[in-house]
Amino acid sequence: MATELSGADILCEALNDLGVEVVFGYPGGAVLPIYDALFKQKRIRHILVRHEQAATHAAEGYARSTGKPGVVLVTSGPGATNAITGITDALMDSIPMVVITGQVATHLIGTDAFQEADTVGLTRHCTKHNYLVKSPAKLGDTIHEAFHIATSGRPGPVVIDIPKDVQVATAPYRKPGAIQHKTYRPQVKADTKLIEAAVEMLAAAERPILYTGGGVINSGPGASMVLRELARISGAPVTSTLMGLGAFPASSGQWLGMLGMHGTYEANLAMNKADLIVCLGARFDDRVTGRLDAFAPHARKIHIDIDRSSINKTVRVELPIIGDVGRAMEDMVKLWKARQHQKVDLSSWWSQIDDWRGRKSLAYAESKSEIMPQHAIRRLWEATHAKKPIITTEVGQHQMWAAQHFDFEGPNKWLTSGGLGTMGYGLPAAIGAQIGNPNALVIDIAGEASIQMNIQEMSTATQYRLPVKVFILNNEYMGMVRQWQELTYSGRYSESYSDALPDFVKLSEAYGWKGLRIDDPATLDDGIAAMLAHDGPVMVDCRVAKLANCFPMIPSGAAHTDMILDPGQVSGEMNDEAKALV
Amino acid sequence: MHIKEEARERHTLAVIVDNEAGVLARIAGLFTARGYNIESLTVTDISEDDLISRITIVTSSSAPVMEQIIAQLERLVPVHKVIDLTALGPHVERELALVKVAGIGDHRIEALRLADVYRARVVDATTSSFVFEVTGGTEKIEKFVELMREVGLIEVARTGIVAIARGKEAA
Repeated sequence: MATELSGADILCEALNDLGVEVVFGYPGGAVLPIYDALFKQKRIRHILVRHEQAATHAAEGYARSTGKPGVVLVTSGPGATNAITGITDALMDSIPMVVITGQVATHLIGTDAFQEADTVGLTRHCTKHNYLVKSPAKLGDTIHEAFHIATSGRPGPVVIDIPKDVQVATAPYRKPGAIQHKTYRPQVKADTKLIEAAVEMLAAAERPILYTGGGVINSGPGASMVLRELARISGAPVTSTLMGLGAFPASSGQWLGMLGMHGTYEANLAMNKADLIVCLGARFDDRVTGRLDAFAPHARKIHIDIDRSSINKTVRVELPIIGDVGRAMEDMVKLWKARQHQKVDLSSWWSQIDDWRGRKSLAYAESKSEIMPQHAIRRLWEATHAKKPIITTEVGQHQMWAAQHFDFEGPNKWLTSGGLGTMGYGLPAAIGAQIGNPNALVIDIAGEASIQMNIQEMSTATQYRLPVKVFILNNEYMGMVRQWQELTYSGRYSESYSDALPDFVKLSEAYGWKGLRIDDPATLDDGIAAMLAHDGPVMVDCRVAKLANCFPMIPSGAAHTDMILDPGQVSGEMNDEAKALV
Repeated sequence: MHIKEEARERHTLAVIVDNEAGVLARIAGLFTARGYNIESLTVTDISEDDLISRITIVTSSSAPVMEQIIAQLERLVPVHKVIDLTALGPHVERELALVKVAGIGDHRIEALRLADVYRARVVDATTSSFVFEVTGGTEKIEKFVELMREVGLIEVARTGIVAIARGKEAA
């Protein structure tokens, strides 16, 4: 008979067999047996966060920057409920993550025991799948299956809820072979006939555009390379969603910038006038499409996605292709070459695009007296891009300015909360990214409001000597809320002022960080240099123009052709239909 | 401002799932979370080894949403397959109702007579009440219950619809 291990030891063995090197977690009563097992082993490193939400975002940052699944360990009850925001964030942005939650002992489940919460019930809607494991004999296989589900197909978070008695009870464990799940079989290889149709449509298009998303990043670095090849051979312009930034190099002449609500004029107009849209691992999110009945009226659409439910969800497409986007693009490139398709003459399409580019939609009014936030991001990019930094963000104006003005050349360098829009994501994500990439320069571009949502994680960075940099664009407002109030509610700034802010420099020092303040455009570059020169964590309080707005902008419920390009076009009020949209 | 409603069509879906804890909650929860409606839902295990359950769901929505409902159901890990019986073509739909009627005299005689017309069986009787068992399509059950209201209806229990495709093939 095989040696029996405790459930806690089975967990450690299985994680080790799965190649897990790091776990982000926080101890508590219902996971004490697991923490004791972790204490007695040396292979898995545990990173102690200061709040369970941060453990999930750190795991997301680790996953997004390394391509490996992020692993979280939290206790029952409040440990699990605190993790829910990050779990939901990972679901919306398709981040592979496995969350181990402690649970009260099986005989106490349902009795309202101390720190009991119905974790599988609570996380059913914010996970790709979840488990309550009631026997140590099932634990090993469940953990392996959970990693398989989290990392394959469209990635996402999986929760494994383990009652405390199951952590203590013993059972044999053996590493399972390759998983052949009886029902879960994501389709990876696209149908050849459909690939043929896609290639012919692309070869025949006069005004094509490649619209890429986070799926290209999830498909692995190879997918970004094959995207470049597809763009090269077809000559088509490329735009991307927020989640897909970096898959295509911003320095390329074929790059149009991000599309959607705060996308560039050329990207949105090209979508509007295109005769063929090739959607690669994106999902026609409402932030991308704007008003649906006016979205891309002239285009036939090809949609390549590994998740069938993403297809025809909001926008009907002529050619749906289910499969891994990287492999599908590879098949397209091979077929294009085999059929000896030549690059189509797109010169009139490109001359139209160049006209739109001439509008310089990302331009902003420079100032000598105050730091423009866009300018601060551009200077940060100038000072750091050679180092290929990993950039994380919080959520709001600073996030959109970073997406617009910080250029990325490769995948896995841009970590941001897209679908859920979670303020407080950036600092813990930066911590997770730094753990996964110890030698990388990791910068959280933040706002003064968002950063306070998980500011306790400064302590985590100090404990593990992580040299993360937090660059706060401090305008003393929840800027995006204030901007919408200016655009929609005649400037009635209801509760959007960041009052009673801490002194970020003193706060940094209290946590053992270096704190810097920049409040003069003349000292911006020196301040950035000082931040980069310090070999340790640094928080920069960069005081920027208070009332700057993020343009261009497609107001909610408007079409791509109705972009607001500058503050002069703002009317200050909107009708009820627009007010009702997010 | 007013919120718009979309035209809906009614579909009967058979969802074949692993018979594991929480699977019904996953299916029902998906409908509430995404704002789909459920008119009727039945579930029971159907395999020899008790490992597979068949869930019959009657739902109504616009055609694009129906496509989403099926795609979303198929995405759930324990779901083996989803069969849209309405889209598939001819199928049989049945439900069973237990109908309790109380009364004496003419009402009691009329209740028995109607039950005979609707091929309802008496499964319990006292000197002043009957429980009828009636099976059939939804329309028949509803008509029977409506008639029973006039002759002393007390209580109704219904199973909801189960359905299967016609012909020799398994769907």
